[in-house]
Amino acid sequence: MTAVPAPAGGLTTSPAREPGRTRRRRSSGQNGAGWAFSAPQVVLVGLFVLIPILMAFWVSLTDWRGRGSPFSTGVGFVGFDNYATILTEPGLPRQDFMTSLRNNAWYVVFVVPLQTGIALTLALVLTSKIRAKSFFRTAFYFPTVTSSVAISLVFIFLFTGAGAVNGLLGLVGIDGPNWFSDSRGLLHLAGEGLGLWDASSPPAALTGSGPLGLSWWDWLSGPSIALAALILLVVWTSAGGYMLMFLAALQDVPADVQEAARMDGANAWQRFRNVTLPALRPTLFLVTTLGLIGTWQVFDQVYLISQGNPAKTTLTPAYLSYTSAFETGQWGRAAAMSFVLFAIIVVLTTVQRYVMRDKDAIAEKRAAKAAQRRRSSSSRTTFFHAGR
Amino acid sequence: MRHPIRRSAQAAVAVATLSLAAACGGGFDDSADQQESGTAPLTMLIASSGDAETQAVQAQVDAYEQESGTTVDLQVAADLSQELAQGFAGGNPPDVFYLDASRLADQADAGNLFPYLDQVDDLDDFYPNLVDAFTYDGTQYCLPKDFSTLALEINDAAWSAAGLTEADYPTTWEELSTVAQTLTTGGQTGLVIGDTRDRVGAFMTQAGGWFLNADGTEVTTDSPANLEALQYVQENLAAGSFAYPSAVDAGWGGEAFGTGKAAMTIEGNWLVGAMEADYPDVGYTVVPLPEGPGGAGTLSFTNCLAVSADSDAQDAAVDLATYLTSADAMTALTQDTGVLPSRQSLADAYLEQFPERQAYIDGAEFAQGPVNAPGVEQVLIDFDSQLGGLATGDPQAILESTQTNLEQAIGG
Repeated sequence: MTAVPAPAGGLTTSPAREPGRTRRRRSSGQNGAGWAFSAPQVVLVGLFVLIPILMAFWVSLTDWRGRGSPFSTGVGFVGFDNYATILTEPGLPRQDFMTSLRNNAWYVVFVVPLQTGIALTLALVLTSKIRAKSFFRTAFYFPTVTSSVAISLVFIFLFTGAGAVNGLLGLVGIDGPNWFSDSRGLLHLAGEGLGLWDASSPPAALTGSGPLGLSWWDWLSGPSIALAALILLVVWTSAGGYMLMFLAALQDVPADVQEAARMDGANAWQRFRNVTLPALRPTLFLVTTLGLIGTWQVFDQVYLISQGNPAKTTLTPAYLSYTSAFETGQWGRAAAMSFVLFAIIVVLTTVQRYVMRDKDAIAEKRAAKAAQRRRSSSSRTTFFHAGR
Repeated sequence: MRHPIRRSAQAAVAVATLSLAAACGGGFDDSADQQESGTAPLTMLIASSGDAETQAVQAQVDAYEQESGTTVDLQVAADLSQELAQGFAGGNPPDVFYLDASRLADQADAGNLFPYLDQVDDLDDFYPNLVDAFTYDGTQYCLPKDFSTLALEINDAAWSAAGLTEADYPTTWEELSTVAQTLTTGGQTGLVIGDTRDRVGAFMTQAGGWFLNADGTEVTTDSPANLEALQYVQENLAAGSFAYPSAVDAGWGGEAFGTGKAAMTIEGNWLVGAMEADYPDVGYTVVPLPEGPGGAGTLSFTNCLAVSADSDAQDAAVDLATYLTSADAMTALTQDTGVLPSRQSLADAYLEQFPERQAYIDGAEFAQGPVNAPGVEQVLIDFDSQLGGLATGDPQAILESTQTNLEQAIGG
């Protein structure tokens, strides 16, 4: 077993490692030095990440009430009861948890593509020939470095019923909603707008049943207007940060290939689609992965702005877990929620990695690996292959 | 893998180091802090509405230190329930702390509280229903330090502008509906109330209902009385003469009331301080809540001075708690903070000083405390979130789902 976290290189398609025979001979001495240098970090990560995670897992298997140590004798072991409460047993705890997952899923579906798309667009704009580049770079990046508390407070005022946003909407004749207290789902509203259904008396086929304690009508509500305001806030905040990553990656797009494409008569869109975008693939993967992980853990905006209201449409698993533990003292259930959330993030990231895998690179690697296997019997399995 | 054995040995050393470090981490037990009795330093954790309240408490704590020779470390929590949770989990809770009545059952059930009311001689001076709010499973836990109740606040200018006089102050639900309708004009709504059990619940008690029966053993949420209350609120919401604060773009009832968006609101005595601070020019009158079909009803909100079961100095902690709830200290503490004294003997002197708070004090006789059962918080939050949609919702369905969830929470 190794306590070292997975190397970040596993996320990108780093070139295959050179066998380097001469280096190998010396590696035993380097190995010791490597451990010595990483020991402080290993201890810190272990002490503040690994052990707390294991402790939290233990808590999720107990009926600990938050008094004294969860390892003391008075604490009862309940197996997977806490998981059953939030996943399989009908009742309010499961309904709350599923509602929070529903909200967060819609949140992710909107935030990740939006922030990635906007970040990429901004980065492309900033690499084109516009004036005052550094001004715009700073302006776009500014929300990312501003405290989320400050931004959330400003958004509360912007999005009140008589706030600036509704004032602007009023100029173009739109009567804006009372954003943070409007629990109507966007898809419900859209369906009503298209004449598919009447949101106040939804079709019985959808309300009658549904998986995991929520009806299909509830699952398919879309983000509520309150959640939509949170989505706008987060996209605006985080797009600038991801823009910087794209900006860095754009510097590395090989100019000669761009030029060759131009010589071949490719237009701007073709050059973007067939040269720039493939070159950005590792960054695109990084940005969507970080976005996916970050959005599934959204907490601070909910805590500051809406506390899960209105009608639980901004409740997220992270916030529900916090309130279950600190407000209502159901520590085991709260810990179970965070492990379910962890599992969801791992599964989705794995799926995403599979979807976004570079098929050419995999074929190349496989060929190189086969060649290497022919040369020597000791072949290394890289992190990249292990996940396949 | 060139050196599998050496590598796993290194990993083992790393793991061993971690375990050792973790084991050392468990060594922060405070058994070494045990002091000789009488001079044990106490920690006290409070939630404060602001500097004025903090200073008032600090002054009383200083006086106690002078008198008893015990040092008290007074801490103001930014988030009381979170900091309490950390203290209990760490095995090092504050000796004395504020505890809201709605949190009592959970904390008592978890074994966090040391019941000390058997050591108090003048317990009968405290309002009985406040002591009941701090009684769980037959055990009386802690002394209520003060309380608040709900009453009906009426904007004087709006009242006379609508041609109403003192004789029209509503005393029944019907009268309330009528005057609310009269007062609803243009940008002004008749009555703005918060969309939670802490406001709408008052109508439930006036109808003769509540979430649980009197001794808290049975869930009675889907009773006809509760249904009548929700239907009454719903009718008036639908008519537009009642509204929730968010509908008039206010954060709470007091804000709607102060800004003139509401001609009436139902809030507690904390409104007095808020009006003085934020809307000093608004003239208003406080009257008792109108009676419903089940008679008079209001809700009480109260905090007690709880003593930790894990406190090292329980005797001193109880001493501090009783000192801070003594007649003298309570008189001083309820002076500036807008809360009401929980001792019946202090009511007259208090009213002499603040005659306009009569309606709040009067509520103490019959006020209903928070739902007193463990594990119900999430259910009540769910009830609140359903109340938000009451105007177009189905009151019967709201009550039935809450009934089911409460039964499940209390039964399991």
